[in-house]
Amino acid sequence: KGDSTPVHILVIVFLILTLSKKCNYKPTGGVTILPPIKPDNGPQAFPDAEKENMPVFTMNYSRIQIPFEITLWVLLASFAKIGFHVYKKITVWVPESCLLITIGLIVGGIMHSVHEEPPAVLRSNVFFLYMLPPIVLDSAYFMPTRPFFENIGTVLWFAVVGTLWNSIGIGMSLYAICQIEAFGVQDINLQENLLFATIISAVDPVAVLSVFEDVSVNEQLYIVVFGECLFNDAVTVVLYNMFNFVAEMPVVEPVDVFLGVARFFVVGFGGMGFGILFGFTAAFTTRFTSRVREIEPLFIFMYSYLAYLVAELFSISSIMAIVTCALTMKYYVEENVSQRSCTTIRHVVKMLGSIAETLIFFFLGVVTITTDHEWNWGYILFTLLFAFVWRGLGVLVLTQIINPFRTIPFNFKDQFGLAYGGLRGAISFALVFTLPDSIGRKQLFVTATIAVILFTVFLQGISIRPLIEFINVRRTNRNLDTINVEIHCRIMDHTIAGIEDLCGQWSHFYWKDKFMKFNNQILRKILIRDNRAESSIVALYKKLELQNAMEILDDVSGDIKNVSFSFHFLAPDLKNMHDILSKNMYKIRQRTVAYTTKHALPNESQSKEILIRRHASIRRSLRPGSFQSSVVPKSHKYFSLPAGKSLDSKFPPGMTSYAGELRFSFPC
Amino acid sequence: LAKSCPGQETVTLYLRGVALRGRRPRPAPPSTSPPPASTSHPIKQEDNLTETRLVSHSQITRLYSRFTSLDKGENGTLSREDFQRIPELAINPLGDRIINAFFPEGEDQVNFRGFMRILAHFRPIEDNEKKSVAVSEPLNSRTNKLLFAFRLYDLDRDDKISREELLQVLRMMVGVNISDDQLGSIADRTIQEADTNGDNSISFNEFIKVLEKVDVEQKMSIRFLH
Repeated sequence: KGDSTPVHILVIVFLILTLSKKCNYKPTGGVTILPPIKPDNGPQAFPDAEKENMPVFTMNYSRIQIPFEITLWVLLASFAKIGFHVYKKITVWVPESCLLITIGLIVGGIMHSVHEEPPAVLRSNVFFLYMLPPIVLDSAYFMPTRPFFENIGTVLWFAVVGTLWNSIGIGMSLYAICQIEAFGVQDINLQENLLFATIISAVDPVAVLSVFEDVSVNEQLYIVVFGECLFNDAVTVVLYNMFNFVAEMPVVEPVDVFLGVARFFVVGFGGMGFGILFGFTAAFTTRFTSRVREIEPLFIFMYSYLAYLVAELFSISSIMAIVTCALTMKYYVEENVSQRSCTTIRHVVKMLGSIAETLIFFFLGVVTITTDHEWNWGYILFTLLFAFVWRGLGVLVLTQIINPFRTIPFNFKDQFGLAYGGLRGAISFALVFTLPDSIGRKQLFVTATIAVILFTVFLQGISIRPLIEFINVRRTNRNLDTINVEIHCRIMDHTIAGIEDLCGQWSHFYWKDKFMKFNNQILRKILIRDNRAESSIVALYKKLELQNAMEILDDVSGDIKNVSFSFHFLAPDLKNMHDILSKNMYKIRQRTVAYTTKHALPNESQSKEILIRRHASIRRSLRPGSFQSSVVPKSHKYFSLPAGKSLDSKFPPGMTSYAGELRFSFPC
Repeated sequence: LAKSCPGQETVTLYLRGVALRGRRPRPAPPSTSPPPASTSHPIKQEDNLTETRLVSHSQITRLYSRFTSLDKGENGTLSREDFQRIPELAINPLGDRIINAFFPEGEDQVNFRGFMRILAHFRPIEDNEKKSVAVSEPLNSRTNKLLFAFRLYDLDRDDKISREELLQVLRMMVGVNISDDQLGSIADRTIQEADTNGDNSISFNEFIKVLEKVDVEQKMSIRFLH
């Protein structure tokens, strides 16, 4: 059925890769080479030169080797990705990260058996400079900003204090374990233990997001885990450097601890500062790009990458820099650039992030097999245990402290999700490889890190979905026997979503209000080209209407939506009705899933339809004499106006407002 | 606001505290403010107290902040345009109907008390409240929640959901791919399932009956209104 085709392609591509390594020799014998070109200073004599014929076919592998191999690896990983989605059922239960690691393990196994070295992707700068930025940019660009800022206190609390708690807790416990003679790890001192603990306590955004995307957790939980992943980088960097430095020093003084704290602030706020700086510069630049629309998307990428690199230059938290840059930039840039550039930016950000993530997991699997391992049952098992236990304890304690300050406190289900969703991933992996070789037990640390990563990604990743569903079981069973229940339940869901949006933001209202004033008066004037103070709904509506109009123009056959029925509905068959309703009823606004589906762009067609419908109904009701007509257009009926005043109610200037309802009578 | 609701002492104190810190609400223009609850009317007073007990005081402060942030005209009341400015409501299929639920019959403005009244419907029902027999039924009881949902359909307030009203709401809720015939059949089937007295419309009691197995208390509750 064509299912085996991706597998065939995989095998072929993979064979090319292994064989290409073998081709890395200077061709001799049967292949002609081009004669070396010498500068022509005069008649050169080749005393031994034979007369060579014009080479018809040559091969120069070494010249293209690096880009070629990169392309092939990327293709291999992408084919793996295609292959997974052939079997829908697999991706439902097993997150993609696990599948990619598995394929990586297989490929690594094959490479190991032919004694090949995989490319040094995760060992060196390549990971931190080329593979990590696209992923972080992708996460930051599509982050839902409003819930993020509402929860920023909690996020920072978990990121900073949580990571500290985990690192120190795990480090101390492991040191205690090291004292036990039976495990044979007595040579690891406290600093090294703490260093290792820092590495494995870093929750990884890549792993977490790829698992959470299918699990519909509530928005608060999602945003806290997400934010925590992104922001614990600051703490990890500081602790890592501090313990690294300290591990080589014989004595630790209180001054060093104080300096460590100072360094944390420098790292954290420095990262944010650079991010904001570059974000505003990007926004300012796009103000002037109205004549060079083709290169507009470039600025987003260049500025955010620049922020990342400059932060790396000063050894401050580059992840925070790029996250803050993306957050700041997005709002202003999307107003300045053209519609097409906006779409392009989103697409490319998603694409780069997707590819980088795929490659990372893939190489995680490959490198697992091909590194030298040192296994120590006691140390590794206790590492796993402590990682789990300390995270759980940490979440419990920290939630207790911060719950009184939260509008929506975390209940136990949320805390479970928070604790269980702390997956470790590639960042820990890369960090452990950059450990200095002066640490005697580096191989043990590498093995332990890999064990923790694989354990969390596989076990927790696969089991989190059924566990969350199990916990969320409602008290009453879903009784979908009647159409009534289906319709009315959807109505109620929409109502609740609407009321929640209406109640809107809660905390930090004062600061948000101040910021919005500052924003409107100063920032927007500087950073946005065409600054009209319009309300957000009008702006949003205009943007969507414009997009819709462009799509209709592009669409050759015009409004084809009405033509695409696949079945003609005759008898009121109950099952048919359920099918129709479940496929066609609008979904509740999912604030998290829409933004976080790793493998799709946010889908705006539902909003478009609703907005256009409202606009049409308002427009139609404003037409003179429309209240008299009882003929409604056959294809679409837009009835969204409630009862109220009649048409002669007042119309406030400048804003479309309610008019009366269109009353009509059906022949019963 | 503090002046217009003399019967609610605890609420008044709290609001005064907020008013001093934040923006002072200007007194509402006399034509649109509802008549102040007279203390001499015992039933109304009890009604007020019941309402204020339904939403805790910390939530009142927050809701008041939200109310004032929506109130661009700064006259202590909200109009329909103020609600329409919320972008998420604009893309909610039932957005207009929800907004309309806030405005009592024939009114164009809603003050904070009216705002709170509606939001009080969505408070979760606590276990001890289920057992207590209050004099007047609390706003967040199951029946009142169902009544709120019922009124989203029933615009002309005749206590019946007619076929046309049902069709209107259905059309708002589905995408553009369903034809009118299909929707009509669905509406017919809906009425057929629920209608027990044969008048080709759904009355409130029939509505309650058809949803008797659904956990309405949990569905129509918002967590932060605890």
